[in-house]
Amino acid sequence: MSEPREMSEEKKYYLTQARALVENIEQGNDSEVNSLIESISKFHESTLFQEVGKLTRQLHETLNNFHVDSRVEALTKNEIPDAKERLNYVIKMTEDSANRTLNAVENGLPIAEELKEKSNVLNKKWRRFRQREMPVEEFRELSNEIDNYLSWSVIQSEKVRENFSHILMAQDFQDLTGQVIRRVINLVQEMEGNLIDLVRISGQRMKKEPLEENNGSDSKADGPRIPGCDSHKDRLSSQDDVDELLSSLGF
Amino acid sequence: MNKDMKILIVDDFSTMRRIIKNLMRDLGFNNTSEADDGKTALPILQAGDFDFLITDWNMPGMTGLDLIKAVRADPRLSKIPVLMVTAEAKREQIVEAAQAGVNGYVVKPFTAATLKEKIDKIFERLETK
Repeated sequence: MSEPREMSEEKKYYLTQARALVENIEQGNDSEVNSLIESISKFHESTLFQEVGKLTRQLHETLNNFHVDSRVEALTKNEIPDAKERLNYVIKMTEDSANRTLNAVENGLPIAEELKEKSNVLNKKWRRFRQREMPVEEFRELSNEIDNYLSWSVIQSEKVRENFSHILMAQDFQDLTGQVIRRVINLVQEMEGNLIDLVRISGQRMKKEPLEENNGSDSKADGPRIPGCDSHKDRLSSQDDVDELLSSLGF
Repeated sequence: MNKDMKILIVDDFSTMRRIIKNLMRDLGFNNTSEADDGKTALPILQAGDFDFLITDWNMPGMTGLDLIKAVRADPRLSKIPVLMVTAEAKREQIVEAAQAGVNGYVVKPFTAATLKEKIDKIFERLETK
C-alpha cells in the first residue's frame, strides 16, 4: 500500500494505530483492542485541547493589544460621545436656521402685503386724478396720503430688506453642519475599519492587515465650536475672545 | 475704501460663498469672484489684480492657512489684505493665522455687522499706514 508523500506526524500516528487495531481485531486480541482505542481517543483529545488552547491565547493577546491601541481608546472614550454631541449640534443648528428663516418670512410677508394694499389704493385714486375725475378737496387729501405713504414705505421697505438679510444669514448652517457631518462620517469609517479588524481577529484564520491611519483630512482643523464637546475645551468661545487674543498679538 | 475693489471669496461650501458675496454686495462691493479651495484660488489670484482676499481655513486640497502662506510668499501678491472667515477658533490656530499674515479673523457663525466691522478695520489700518 503506497502512503501519501507528505503525511503529518499526527496522521502517521493514526495510521500505525489503525493498522495495529485491525490486526488485533482479526486476531481476537480484545484487551489489546481496548487499550488501542483508548490511546487513540486520548491522543485525539489532547491535540484538540492544544488547538483550542492556541486559539484562546491568540484571541486573548490580540484582544489585549486591541485594548491598549490608544487610537481605539480615544475612539471609545472621547470621539463617540463627541460624535453624539456633534450630531446634536447639527440638529440644533438646522432647527435654529429653519426658525430664523421662518421668523423672517413671517415678519416680512405682512409688510409686503401692506405695501401692496396701500399702493393699490393710491394707484386707483391717482388714476382718477389723472383722468380729471377728482374734486380739488379730495386731491388735497390724496396729496397728504401720498406724503404719508412715501415716508412710511421708506421705513417698511428697509424692514423687508432686513428680513431678507436675516434669511441670508440663516443659511450659514449648511457650511457649519456640513463640516461637522464630514467629521462624523470619518469617525464612522474608522470605527468600521476597527470592527472589521475585530471580526478578523475572532475569525483568526484571516490575515491581519495594518490598521489604516485615519485622522481626518486635516488634523489641524477641527471644525465649528460645539458646546459640550471634550475636544473643544481649548477653543475661544466668542468673536470677542478672538479679537482680544488678536489685539494682544498687536492686531 | 474703494467700492470697486476686486475681491476673491474662497470657501469650499458654495452656500457660505453666496452668503459672503451677498453681504459684500450689501456693503456696496459688487466686484467679487469665488474659488472653492486654496489650490483653485492661487492661480486666480496670480492671474488677476485682486485687492482683497476673504478665505475659509478648513478646505480640501489646499487649506486657507496654506493659501495665506503662499500669498505672502509671492512677491506680486504679498501685499493683498486677507480676512479669514472660519469656524476654527483654537487659540493656537488664531496665533498661527496671525503669524501667517492675516489682517483680520472672523469666527463662524458670524453676523453681518461683525463682517462689516472687520473689513472697515482692515482698510482703516491700511489707509493710516
